[in-house]
Amino acid sequence: MANLAHPSLASKSKWNWLKIAAMLIAAILALPILVVLVNVLIGDGEVWRHLYQTVLAEYISNSLLLMLGVGIGVLVIGVPCAWLTSMCDFPGRTFLSWALLLPMAVPAYIIAYTYTGVLDFAGPVQTFIRDLTGWRYGEYWFFEIRSLGGAIAMLTLVLYPYVYLMSRAAFLEQSENTLEVSRTLGYSGRAVFFKLALPLARPAIVTGLTLALMETLADYGTVQYFSVNTFTTGILRTFYGFGDVAAASQLAGILLMFVAVLILLERYSRHRIRYHASGLKKASNRRMILNGGRGLLACIFCWLPILVGFLIPVSVLAYWAVFKAEMPGTNFIQLAWNSFYLAAMASLIVVSLALVLSYAIRLNNGKAVRASVGIAGLGYALPGTIIAIGTIVPLAWLDHRIIDFVKHYSGERVGLIFSGTLVALLFAYTVRFMAVSLGAVQNGLGKIKPSMDMAGRSLGMSPFKVLTRIHIPLLKGSVLTAMLIVFVDVLKELPATLVLRPFNFNTLAVRAFELASDERLVDAAPASLMIVLVGLVPVILLSRSISSRTDSAK
Amino acid sequence: MTSLPPHKLLKEMTLTDVSVGYDGGAVVKNASFKLLEGQIGCLLGPSGCGKSTLLRAIAGFESLMSGEIRIDGEVISNPTHSVNPENRFIGMVFQDIALFPHLTIAQNIAFGLSAWPKESAQERVTYLLSLVGLSGFESRYPHSLSGGQQQRVALARAIAPKPKLLLMDEPFSGLDAKLREELVPDIRAILQHEKMSALLVTHDQMEAFAMADQVSVMSEGMIHQTGSPYQIYHRPETRFVASFIGHGDFLTATVCGTDCVHSDLGNIRGDLDHGFADNTQVDLLVRPDDILHDDDSEFVGVIVSKWFRGSHFLYRVKLSSGKVVYCFASSHHNHSVGQEIGLSVHLDHLVMFPR
Repeated sequence: MANLAHPSLASKSKWNWLKIAAMLIAAILALPILVVLVNVLIGDGEVWRHLYQTVLAEYISNSLLLMLGVGIGVLVIGVPCAWLTSMCDFPGRTFLSWALLLPMAVPAYIIAYTYTGVLDFAGPVQTFIRDLTGWRYGEYWFFEIRSLGGAIAMLTLVLYPYVYLMSRAAFLEQSENTLEVSRTLGYSGRAVFFKLALPLARPAIVTGLTLALMETLADYGTVQYFSVNTFTTGILRTFYGFGDVAAASQLAGILLMFVAVLILLERYSRHRIRYHASGLKKASNRRMILNGGRGLLACIFCWLPILVGFLIPVSVLAYWAVFKAEMPGTNFIQLAWNSFYLAAMASLIVVSLALVLSYAIRLNNGKAVRASVGIAGLGYALPGTIIAIGTIVPLAWLDHRIIDFVKHYSGERVGLIFSGTLVALLFAYTVRFMAVSLGAVQNGLGKIKPSMDMAGRSLGMSPFKVLTRIHIPLLKGSVLTAMLIVFVDVLKELPATLVLRPFNFNTLAVRAFELASDERLVDAAPASLMIVLVGLVPVILLSRSISSRTDSAK
Repeated sequence: MTSLPPHKLLKEMTLTDVSVGYDGGAVVKNASFKLLEGQIGCLLGPSGCGKSTLLRAIAGFESLMSGEIRIDGEVISNPTHSVNPENRFIGMVFQDIALFPHLTIAQNIAFGLSAWPKESAQERVTYLLSLVGLSGFESRYPHSLSGGQQQRVALARAIAPKPKLLLMDEPFSGLDAKLREELVPDIRAILQHEKMSALLVTHDQMEAFAMADQVSVMSEGMIHQTGSPYQIYHRPETRFVASFIGHGDFLTATVCGTDCVHSDLGNIRGDLDHGFADNTQVDLLVRPDDILHDDDSEFVGVIVSKWFRGSHFLYRVKLSSGKVVYCFASSHHNHSVGQEIGLSVHLDHLVMFPR
């Protein structure tokens, strides 16, 4: 080990290997996005014209409508809930403030087919209505869940927590003095909200909104299940159905432009958050007390999204899984094992690479390293379908070169080394989830101040001992958190897994989706329930960190 | 059982023409000074003057571009050779305190004692805790301590292995004024008790004067002057030192003899030969305590502003030449702004710089 102590020493030759490693990691992780971009640039006009004449208009309008609907939905639920739980007091506020995060644990495709099972023609709700009224098929109108509107509703229910989280943090950080000053200048409570609190929180709200919209664009399971044609479904259909890599890449390229706009918007508003934070510490948090009817209204308003977005679907899943579904057999255990070891391997790889990148930036904070870390973290915004296309194209190319090469020199025939194996899958996961683990690791490493390294050295510790006695004990928690988040994300991931999994290899998510697509909703329940339950773990972690932050703000 | 490293006191640390820098530009330029046994030295200067960088170079966290650092005659750092920080026997207290949050107070203090026999280490920790007034805090964690208590633990941790030299990087800057006033004499007493040499970095001259036997004033990477606080204040060698330390004004003056200058406030005679030729135009430094209120004086000025300081008044007075100077007056001499008062100069040594 060389000098851990200070960036200025680290920038000497000793640490060049870390810098090179960081740049290498970035270059490899940037591959999928580069492949898609290159395909867009070299794509020929014929493909373009064909796409333009046939499907493009539908994809664009559906994607835009979906974003518009989900955008309005998450704002209408997320912002008022955040305001009520952060600035007002009413019965159940403390519980609600973290329970509002619960729907995050439910992947959109799972809530989608759960509600389909509840609300479609054969489901309990419509059956009940028919039994009650004696109407028959076609004699009454009922909301058709398998539609664009249904997709908007489903995505809204599981994505509003992004807006809720960001705006809640912003409301809590607003200096009470600022709000009080406006009261002394003659503003009423409602005017304070609209003239001051809301504009001040706007950058944070926009950040939450862009995150929710990125997830909307990336969604494949819901829109596919509801037969709403968007970019993600289109990309996979073009790729699978027609085997047309060029057209699929073209579509991915257009989707990428949408994503790029969102990324820019997010970066811009994150920047503005810093600008809007007044820097004044909030001394105390005096909440507006809502009594009687107003308190009840607030309570109901906050309970609704939890009920509809979490309690009902999870209860239904649990009921199906326990009472209705086939008993899970060895097949299910195999599925769970596949999912778990895949997720475990992915989290190990992703977090190891995140550690390399984080130490590179700590010890060599040069332009090249910072750019590398930025590039390596880009994948969080990329829909799984884009990553899948960007992964399979170069890996398949590489595999065929290898097959040709081996055949030419030894006459032997070898199989696919990368593209048909778990390597491709793990690579795609690494691209997609590097950013979350980077965030957690860097956050942990940031708490180990450089002066602690120096203190250790000046107390007679070698750099290696500083690593083992200071860094490892202090970093353990963040590293485990990072691994956990990646683990759960991998478990929930659908489109990339669907495209890249080896032949006959299934995971819980893939199997649940397949069963649901075959209208075997009840049989999909055990796998879905398992995904939701595992997904609860990071949500609980998140809510704990929130409540401790609120406590310290009190 | 490993044997203890022999405990030795620092005899002498010498810095010769030390330059330190990042990527070509030198942050510290040709710094030279000496620190002797038991002395508390101080690097004093405005922020960004390179004082912390120089301190880190002594600790071994920065490499030298030129020059050398010797401790007791042995070179510990030069551009081609550098003893690792862990082998220098130099302790350090950091601006952000930097206690290890996962260790208890006792474990923090014992961190540098891993080579000591268990019992002596235990004894040392107990002794230091009582020395810094924190007995009974052994098993607490850093986050449960106040800022001042944390700073005491940081000091105990740094001096626990009996380093030859203790470095302190703005150790009081995070503390409030009252706590600082309490801690500074405490820490000075502890260091003297341990007969430990120390080097302090600060931008606060009152802190420097209260702690240090020897002050090196730095600006833009250069050491302007090294001397006792008294020398630094009363015999500044450069214009920067004269204006950075304390309050003061420059009077325009003309040399009129080997120990005399002529100024707006008349002929002023010093007690030493100032070495300037006759009729040289100079700037003469006058401190607030050099100019006193004197009703009998032939020189007068108009009061521009005033501060009541309890034991005395501090006036800003405009002279007939338009120059504005400070003036001390006892708190019985309460004059109002706009009033004309008599001034007399009481200067023993003339501090002046050619114009």
